[in-house]
Order: sequence, then structure tokens, then C-alpha cells
Amino acid sequence: MSEWRFWFAAQKGTLLAFGIFVAMFILYTSNHPAGFTANVVQTASNKGVLLAFVAMAQTLVVITAGIDLSVGMIFLLTNCLASWLVVGGPVETTLGVIAVLFVGVLCGALNGAIVIYGRLQPIVATIATGAVYFGIALLLRPFPGGSVNEDLADALTGRIFGVVPASLVTLLATVLIIWVPFSRSVYGRAAYAAGSSEVAAYMSGVPIKRGKFLAYTLAGLLASIGGLFLTFFTYTGEAAYASGNAYTLFSIAAVVLGGVSLFGGRGSVIGAIFGAFAFRTIGDLLFVFDLDPLWQPLFQGVVLLLAVSLGAFALFRVKNRLEWFG
Amino acid sequence: MSDTVTTGGAMSRMPKFLRRADRAVATAFACIVALLVFGSLYSPSFLSPEYLLQQLKVASFLGVIATGMMLVILLGQIDLSVPWAVATGAMMASAAAAFGPTGVALAIPFGILCGVMIGVVNGIGVAYLRIPSMIVTLATNAVAQGLMVVYTGGFSPQDSATAAMRYLATGSLIPGVPNAVIVWALIGAATVFLLTRTTFGRSVYAIGNRERAAYLSGVDTRRIVLIAFAIAGGLSAFGGVLLAGYASKAAQSMGDAYLLPAIAAVVLGGTSILGGRGSYLGTVAGVILITLLQSILSVMQMPEAGRQIIYGVVIVSMLLLYGRAPASR
Repeated sequence: MSEWRFWFAAQKGTLLAFGIFVAMFILYTSNHPAGFTANVVQTASNKGVLLAFVAMAQTLVVITAGIDLSVGMIFLLTNCLASWLVVGGPVETTLGVIAVLFVGVLCGALNGAIVIYGRLQPIVATIATGAVYFGIALLLRPFPGGSVNEDLADALTGRIFGVVPASLVTLLATVLIIWVPFSRSVYGRAAYAAGSSEVAAYMSGVPIKRGKFLAYTLAGLLASIGGLFLTFFTYTGEAAYASGNAYTLFSIAAVVLGGVSLFGGRGSVIGAIFGAFAFRTIGDLLFVFDLDPLWQPLFQGVVLLLAVSLGAFALFRVKNRLEWFG
Repeated sequence: MSDTVTTGGAMSRMPKFLRRADRAVATAFACIVALLVFGSLYSPSFLSPEYLLQQLKVASFLGVIATGMMLVILLGQIDLSVPWAVATGAMMASAAAAFGPTGVALAIPFGILCGVMIGVVNGIGVAYLRIPSMIVTLATNAVAQGLMVVYTGGFSPQDSATAAMRYLATGSLIPGVPNAVIVWALIGAATVFLLTRTTFGRSVYAIGNRERAAYLSGVDTRRIVLIAFAIAGGLSAFGGVLLAGYASKAAQSMGDAYLLPAIAAVVLGGTSILGGRGSYLGTVAGVILITLLQSILSVMQMPEAGRQIIYGVVIVSMLLLYGRAPASR
């Protein structure tokens, strides 16, 4: 009984995110002209999965009490790279995918090295590396273009057995292959401990540096999976500054909606995935209610502002005013 | 700075402002000189007074925006709402100009007021709701963008800047000295006064060092943070007003190019990103450094991609030189 309560307390944010998503998705599909069909679900999941990968990446860094403002740019960079490399026959495509993922890992590792071993503030460091990644993306694709192995792209964005969206299956596989082993490993624990209280973790001899480094590196990997998927959906590579910025911003919104604490040490990737799905669904609600798409940026901004303000409710529990200054 | 203490004898003969300048400010000025020398090798007209004044004029737009950013960074916070605060200021000032003579007269104050409102929302979020500044300013940036997209219909607005805005940005009251430079100098002087001669300024440094201690010393830290964010928002919008005057109209993404340079200018000028340390002289050096770098890159016809990469690399390497946090012990 008491174990069950512990589990509930730890997963409260994730469950809330799941609840929000389910409520929003029911609202969405019940007002959608086509209703709850495989097609609607496939389109929604394809859009949601893109943000979910970027949000997963952001979560890993946020858990360590850091922030990665370059995820959107890694996403763009790997998208542009994939539009060059993921082409041709099966062997070339496989090598291309591996190369793209490797570049993602490299970008994440660079962020991690600068933040952890260079001891710079994550905000400024990742804004600066984000500029570098965007510059490289622009070098790769000064104009939108390129192509991708369309068989692979259609397979991964289509449906399995005509019902289950393949992108959801890929997302699940990513969670099982990357998140589950990481969160159960010593380094995953270390990432949580570093976010919760770096001093205490350091004093207890937890390998915080390696844990944080691994978190940043895996964040790069996850962002590059997102970049690959963007290429699969659009068949092209495009270095659009606004789009990279938007994904960074939305990833933070998804993380907050997903119950991951921005102060670190609390939350999980699963929550962030549902946060991403919920955020996407909320953004698309405007379309099913036939409102002008011009209002979408404002609507998403307001949702984001409200979502981050929710954290302020914790202030009511503060008994000593000095705790305001954490 | 232990070396400044040991070499006190030699240092005391130097002018006061040089003695007080720390390593970062000195490095930034050294980089400016190096850039000027490099530029003059590339093109002889680089050192002509006209060219340098032109650079100073371009720098003053960034300077106004970076002043607000510096206030916020001194608090240990950051303002990521600069892009759309700039665009909002520019668009709203131009929009007000469409409302007859009263609108024209009130265009500049109205643009600044809109920026102040963005700053107030940021300040309430940071100071009273205790949301991390990076997050709340990103959110207000998104809201401001949303509002402007709804207002303009997704295109660049048709209204043009008023004569006063153009005069402020491109005219010259004193022959030879562009007005924009005078505006920056006035704002800079006011900021130096504010930071070094008023309780508000002292409180900003105190909060940046340790908000808890400032609070216990009787400083109304939340009010100070709110005011600082409001000033920062207003200055960003004013920068936008000047830019709109310079280009004679507002544009959709005109502010995007100012966020990274503004942060870079402040940080390269030796202001600690953790707050509590930094001088306005450093920010001036940082602004001029960034502007010269941009100018040299454009003279060399470096494409946008290369410029972004060089920015990023310069910021990271300068920070690695003198912006590192202490190691955990």
C-alpha cells in the first residue's frame, strides 16, 4: 500500500499530463469532421512524435537542472544533414542514418562538455552552440531541398497492420532502448541526483559529471532522431531559424506540461511525451473549431504562459518567505 | 583580482577608469583594437572617421537593447523576450502613427509603453510567481509574437515610421554626430548614474549577488526585479523604435537578430552571467566589439551561416576565458 503511494507521488506529473492529453484528444477527435479514424490518429501522432522526440531531449537536460536552448537547432541540423545522407540503397541509407545520429550525439556531447567541463551557464552556452549548429545547418541547406529514402520514410510514417501508426511504435522503441536503461543506470540516478541537489550528490560521491554528460549527449541523440523524422515527413531539409526556435520553445512547454520540474531532479521522459502530445493537440484544437490559423501562435503562447505559471501554486505551500529565493 | 593588488604601485599612476577596469573589460577593448587593426589591413577606409561614426551609429541600436539586457543579467536573470519586444515596439510605434497628429506625437512613447508592458509581465512572472526568468521571458516572447501576428495578419505592417522616429535614428542634431549615438550616450549616462549612484542600482547588484541576503537587508527585492524587467522591456522596445526609424518601417522578424548579440555584448563586457558583477563600460566595449565583428564579417562578404558560427564560437571561447563558474569543492 505505501509503495503504491510512493509510486503515485513520483508519477503525479506524468499522470496529470496523460490526463490532460486524453481530455484534449477526446475534445479534438470528437470535433474533428472525420472523427476518431486511423487517418486522424496517424496524422496527429506523426505531428506529436516530432515534438515528443525534441521534448524527450529537453527533459534529459532539464532533469539535471540545466536547459538546452539548442535542441531545436540540433533538430534542424540533423534534418538538413539527413536530407543529404539518408538516400540511395539500403546500405547507404543505413550508413546515412547512423551518421545523422552520430552527429546528434556529437552536438549533445559538445553541449555537455562546454557546460560541465567548461563550467559555463547552460543558457548562454547552448544559445551560443545553437547559433553554431544553425550556421552549419544553413551551410548544408542554404535553400530548402534535398531528398530522402522514400521507402524508409513511408514505412516509418505510415501504419502497421493498417491501424497502429509506425511513428508511435518508433517512439515506444526509443523509450525502451534509450530512456529505460538510462533512468535505471547509475548515471541516470546521478543525473536526477545532480538536478535535485548537486552539492549533496557531490558529497555522496555520485558520478554527477558523467551522469550529466551522458544526459546532454543522449539529448543530442534524441534531438537527431527527431530531425530524422522531420526529414521523413517533409522529404526535404530546411534550415528555418523560426522553426528551430519554435521547437526549442515548444519542447520547454511540453516538458512543463509533462510535469518535469524546471528546477531539476523531478519528472520523466514519459510525462514529457504526453506533454508534447497534449501541447500539439491543444494547438490543433483551433483548426477543428474553425478558427483563423493566424491566432495559433498567440494561442500557443498563452497556453505556454499559463502552463509555466501553474508552478507558482507551489508558492502557497511556502511557510518561510526565505524559501522564495531557493 | 590578486594581481591588481600586488602591482598597486604601478597601477596607481594610471587613470582611475583604467585601474578599476577588470580583466574582461580590458580584454574586450584589446579585441576592439585588434579588430580595427585587422580591418584596416583589409580595407584602408576602415579607420576613416566617417566609417567609424557609421559603425557607432549602428552600434547604438544594439547598445540601447543591450543596456536593458545588462540590467536583467546583473540581477542574475535573463531576458529572452528581446526579439518580439523589439518588434512590438517598432510595430506599435508605427501603428500609432496611423492615428492622426495625436498618434504621431505619441508614437514613440506608445511603442516604449508596449515594451514596458511586456517587461512588467516578465517581472511579475520572475519576481512574484518565482518562475525561472528564461522560461517566462520565452513565454512572453511567444505571446508578443502571437499578438503581433494577429495584428499584422502575418505580413510586415504597412504603416511607416514617423518623422520623429526617423530623425532620432538617422538625423544629426550636432553636425557630424548621428542622433542615435547621442541617444545611446544619454541612456548610457542615465544607466551609469542609476547603477552607481542610486539605491535602486545598489539593490540590483545586491540581488544579483545573493537575493536572500538583499531581502534580509530590507530591500524589496521583488519590486526591484519587477522595475528592472520593465526598464529592460522598455529599452528593447525603444531599440525597436529606433530601428524602425532607421529602416523607416517595422518588419516581422526584425528583433531576431538582436537577442544573441545583446547577450553576447553584455557577457563579453565582463558582466557575470550569474549576476551581481559587471560595469557599463564593459557593456559599451562588448557592443562596439560585436558591431565591429559584424561589420568586418559583412565587409568580408561572409554569408549568414558563417556569421552565426563565428558568433557562437566567439561567445563560447570568450566565456571559457573568463566567464567560468567556480569548480565544486
